[in-house]
Amino acid sequence: MAHLDNAATAPAILQELKPAVLPRAVLVSNNRSFSWITEKICSLIEGKTPAWWWVCFVVACFVASFTVAGITYLVSTGVGVWGHANPVNWAWDIVNFVFWIGIGHAGTLISAILCLLRQKWRTSINRAAEAMTIFAVVCAAIFPVFHVGRVWYAWYLFPIPNSNAIWQNFRSPLEWDVFAVSTYGTVSVLFWYVGLIPDLAVLRDRFYAAGNKLRSFLYGFFALGWRGSNRHWSNYEMAYLILAGISTPLVLSVHTIVSFDFAVSLLPGWHTTIFPPYFVAGAIFSGFGMVLTLMLPLRAIYHMEDLITQYHIDCMCKITLATGTIVGYAYSMEFFIAWYGANPYEGFAFINRAFGHYAWAYWIMITCNVITPQFFWFKKVRENTTLVWVLSIFVNVGMWFERFVIIVTSLARDFLPSSWGYYSPSIVEIFTFFGTFGVFSVLFLLFIRFLPIMPMAELKAVTPQADPHAGHDHH
Amino acid sequence: MSAQSYGLIATFETPAAIYHAAEQVRDAGYKHWDCISPFPIHGLDKAMGLKRSIVPRFSLAGGITGFCTGMSLIWWTGAYDYKLIVGGKPFFSPMFAFPVSYELTILFTAFATIGGMLFLNGLPKHYHPVLKYEHIKRGMDDTFFLVIESRDPRFNLANTKGLLEKAGGRDIKELEA
Repeated sequence: MAHLDNAATAPAILQELKPAVLPRAVLVSNNRSFSWITEKICSLIEGKTPAWWWVCFVVACFVASFTVAGITYLVSTGVGVWGHANPVNWAWDIVNFVFWIGIGHAGTLISAILCLLRQKWRTSINRAAEAMTIFAVVCAAIFPVFHVGRVWYAWYLFPIPNSNAIWQNFRSPLEWDVFAVSTYGTVSVLFWYVGLIPDLAVLRDRFYAAGNKLRSFLYGFFALGWRGSNRHWSNYEMAYLILAGISTPLVLSVHTIVSFDFAVSLLPGWHTTIFPPYFVAGAIFSGFGMVLTLMLPLRAIYHMEDLITQYHIDCMCKITLATGTIVGYAYSMEFFIAWYGANPYEGFAFINRAFGHYAWAYWIMITCNVITPQFFWFKKVRENTTLVWVLSIFVNVGMWFERFVIIVTSLARDFLPSSWGYYSPSIVEIFTFFGTFGVFSVLFLLFIRFLPIMPMAELKAVTPQADPHAGHDHH
Repeated sequence: MSAQSYGLIATFETPAAIYHAAEQVRDAGYKHWDCISPFPIHGLDKAMGLKRSIVPRFSLAGGITGFCTGMSLIWWTGAYDYKLIVGGKPFFSPMFAFPVSYELTILFTAFATIGGMLFLNGLPKHYHPVLKYEHIKRGMDDTFFLVIESRDPRFNLANTKGLLEKAGGRDIKELEA
């Protein structure tokens, strides 16, 4: 019926011209059936743990132990074990925090913004991307929590009554950040969990049929008794849409508020109005870099070529290209405004970034963030998954250096030349940061072993046979 | 005590089949019935005659509560309970209170949306007659079921069974309550 309505309301000229109908990109290749999707995704959880998983898991645990060691030493000794000294009192801690938070943003972009834009290609990658968001927020949260020094007072960040009867300073963007990041973490977990409910029900029934009562109970407990009722689906889909709708302003606001940590200060190089959009674009850029870094090996190991198709990779490369170019524009615009604003301190801060003591970091940043994504203009490059993977690593490296350049170069050369300094990280900081990749990997490996890495219900809904009007369509 | 009947369950193989069956059950005037599908089928709400979900009302209430919580928290702590001059800034201004209130709006909306969805769906509910059906596993995989409850005023074992058969349902079984 809907098709007839469309034909009636379409402009008359279309009837005459008869434009060719462009074929829609296929989201699940080879016309796979519903049960093929269930089998494919559940078999990853139900099968024997592969040897490579154990190897990766042990290595990841070893790497994660560096963070544990670094933090244990920090807590038992004091925050002075980090290389911070006047005037650079923010360094790797905040660099790493912004780096990890930014990585998380692509997950929310894929799950929320692309959902609202009805970009159905997001379906196969959204679950893993959301998991990436949550684990990245976990890694990010480590740094601000421990950089307060006496971590047992970290709860002072929240408005909980304390014995001094004093309250938090809500005029400070650092306090805004506490709310932004904790809301972001909470809403990301909720969104992820709501998406998981129908898939957990699938696993509950499969493990029950296979006689594994314990796992059936555990999956069933979290599936909340989901039974695929259409009356439930109706409310569920509405709730999912609203969660996507609120996650979109959320993800934009989180990195905006992270950028306020800098922009609301008076330091040259930080005090600029371009920061919020520039940080958000950079976050999405780095996040898509990380999604590519994670998804390409996963696709190869699990033979997911029918579910993560070349079309998906193309889309992700193009978003990386677009956001990378926005970031490049922001770099040049910062320089332009520094000159056009005629503020000598601002001008010095930027000349110093490009040609001062930290020039090496600045040019790594420019190479990785501005030049690397430009390769994605070429179809040949986008179709070479190895090359895409290597380029995505460069994006990750470049975005870490961006935060380093912004934070450290501005602080190392502040208003008083007598207090200028040069910051180098201590071994404790290096260990702590290195270890967070292990923390992230441990969490991600547990995720791909125990939870469905793709949303089965959503994937089934985008297959051609899911359309109840299939067979007698007029489109 | 003999097992009470919860209703009748019929199996359908394709989304199109259950879609058309739902239209027939709706037109026959049933009220207490449901479709079971492994994924949301586009347009099935209309075929079942369901009204638009009222989850957004919960979300709106949550959002308003969140925003007011943020604003009043910052006003109460900074301008009422313990006034402290910091940087010569005012004790309260909606400007600096906005980012936190904005985040709390989103946080409370998320909780209200999910809470509202679970409340409307009557979840968590780990025990349900449909979940006891022997082929429910396939209903989570690639098969579609239509359930008509015996408490429906129009329910009549023979007639309802006839309706489900006419609608193309196979394997029509009685469900124990």
